[in-house]
Amino acid sequence: MLYELTDVTKRYRQRRKQVDALAGVDLTIDEGEFLAIQGSTGSGKTTLLQMLGAMDRPSGGRLDFEGRDLARMGERDLSDLRSHSFGFIFQGFNLIPTLTAQENVETALVPWHTPPEERRRRAAEALAGVGLADRARHIPAEMSGGEQQRVAIARALVREPRVILADEPTGNLDERTRDDIIGLLEQLWREQGQTLVVVTHDTWVASRASRRIWLDRGRLESELIGARRLTEEPVPAPEPALAAAVVV
Amino acid sequence: MFFTYVFRELRRRHRQALLTALGLAVGVALVVAVTAYADGVSTAQKQVLQSLYGVGTDITVSQQQKMDQSGAQRFSMQPPSQSKQGKKFDRSAVQTSPGQQSISSKRLAQIAALSGVKGVTGSIQMNVMNVAGKYAQASGGSSSQAAQPSASSSSGSSSGGSSSSQQSQTQMSPINVSQLTISGVDLGDLGLGPLSSAQISSGRQLTSSDATGKVALVTRAYAKQNSLKVGDTKKIDGTRFTIVGIVVLPSGTSSSDLYIPLKWAQKLSDNAGKVNQIYVKADSAKVISQVRSEIKQLMPKATVTTSADLASQVSGSLSSASTLADRLGTWLAGAALVAAFAVASLLTVSAVARRVREFGTLKALGWKGRRIVGQVLGESMVQGVIGAGLGVALGIVGARLIAHFSPALKATLGNAGTQGGPPGVQQAAQSVTVALTTPVSLGLIAIAVGLALAGALIAGGFGGWRASRLRPADALRRVD
Repeated sequence: MLYELTDVTKRYRQRRKQVDALAGVDLTIDEGEFLAIQGSTGSGKTTLLQMLGAMDRPSGGRLDFEGRDLARMGERDLSDLRSHSFGFIFQGFNLIPTLTAQENVETALVPWHTPPEERRRRAAEALAGVGLADRARHIPAEMSGGEQQRVAIARALVREPRVILADEPTGNLDERTRDDIIGLLEQLWREQGQTLVVVTHDTWVASRASRRIWLDRGRLESELIGARRLTEEPVPAPEPALAAAVVV
Repeated sequence: MFFTYVFRELRRRHRQALLTALGLAVGVALVVAVTAYADGVSTAQKQVLQSLYGVGTDITVSQQQKMDQSGAQRFSMQPPSQSKQGKKFDRSAVQTSPGQQSISSKRLAQIAALSGVKGVTGSIQMNVMNVAGKYAQASGGSSSQAAQPSASSSSGSSSGGSSSSQQSQTQMSPINVSQLTISGVDLGDLGLGPLSSAQISSGRQLTSSDATGKVALVTRAYAKQNSLKVGDTKKIDGTRFTIVGIVVLPSGTSSSDLYIPLKWAQKLSDNAGKVNQIYVKADSAKVISQVRSEIKQLMPKATVTTSADLASQVSGSLSSASTLADRLGTWLAGAALVAAFAVASLLTVSAVARRVREFGTLKALGWKGRRIVGQVLGESMVQGVIGAGLGVALGIVGARLIAHFSPALKATLGNAGTQGGPPGVQQAAQSVTVALTTPVSLGLIAIAVGLALAGALIAGGFGGWRASRLRPADALRRVD
């Protein structure tokens, strides 16, 4: 078991009002899983993903990653964990606008103090892996949305992390590009066997996952397990309402 | 990666970076210009003091003239005989500097014997008044009557008054009045006294072998005004002196027009064995006040002046400029620096605020807070270097403009404003005009660069600290 969440809560204060982004989530994630997190806007999907990526600490409960409780780790340890174990993909790509595709990928290796030569070599390999070898010297503004997201994927993968965490990775893309990106993520997941956690509104994207969970107002509402396996071909995902009826 | 990231980021927001650098530059430029101005005023003050002392002179001694010893020059224009009516005349009157009483040369030996005294010399400073013109001529009335005076010097008075009808018959002629200041110099020690800071521009310096010679030095200004050159002669009260050198004294110096051997000055002014100004050099700066007290004990009626006394007597526009530079300049430069630092800090924080998403992403990638602080500091320091360069350049230009456009500074030393005293004492006050320079030293440039970098460090440190405190989740949430 890679993750074990026990009664995890996250409470924010917004304009003197308390908001429970997560209200007692119990969840386990195994190594090599492709988990899709779904839910309506404000349901706590992104908050849960940030907890899983050690970007934030829970307000309550226990969040174990490889047996270590992230809620009790210091900022420095969390930073180390992020640089060694997680790769992030964001909806808005979050590339540094002044750096080229190659340099953007290299930023992920900066915390490791990788020698420049090796850094360049690994970044070039990662870009080649996502089919962007010829765009290495272009800055984000010179690339399409799909290409930018591929750069972001290369940046997430260059450190060969144990977990890839993607927050609406296709949210800003058209349908065709969406298919390309999800196809790429799925291929990498199959080939490298990393754990992939994707937050998405898109039912089709979620249908590619090996497991799906639904969040509603910070609570784990329903779960669909075993619809697909690693080796299986993708199948259309059931509608949320149907899924909720089938599981839990 | 660090430098690539720094320079690309600055290039992306080059307008804001330039604005930040300009803000720092303005602050630094003001510090450079104001400090250069203050240094210039300070230099001017030193020039004034030097002009009155001469290099190496620590104390001057003079004695004020008693009331009844002072008097204006009187010239009678009445011809000695009727045959002289309408004829030319040329008269000179030599007088030691007004307000200064002669002191016996024996005092020099007595002062030299005092403890702490390294050297003593004396000089005679005198004025030569020359009046030239034609005697008045009576054109009508009684031919036996003597001609009436047609002119007098500054305070000359008429003699032999007559009726108005007689005056109306007298033909007036123009009278030329000129004045010349002369210093008699002891040629035994030229390192002390009125010629100690002089430089020869042509000809030669006076030497000890000239002690009894009829030789003179003239200042360049006087030589130019009177078309004199080396080899020419100058007649003083009937004695012709050969000009052996043209002399230049430092800017702001209140010099005499002519310098002649002391013995000749004593002879012309009828002051054999006397001087009216004594120059003393002390063993060290520490014993100046002690030597001053000893001289005061020796010569209770004498005026003993040290450089500290002179500094306190400096008044006029130079003093005002010095006060302005010290007070207003310091506050102005300080306020400009604070404003520049504040603007730089605000712009940096504003830039950081616009890059929350970027820094949040980097933190999500595992970048440590100190790495992000370093990145922001690096960008800020580059702006600081640009600001320093621009600021120093602007400051130098500003300092040059101040020097170019500022009027000459005037310093008044002594009791110029004394009212009701004897005329001589009033004239003893001296005004010296000096041109303002605004020197920008390497030290000042180093300070300016240091200030700009300090400003950048503060701005970058503050901005970087704000960026490093961001939690990745908060940073990403704020924009998502």
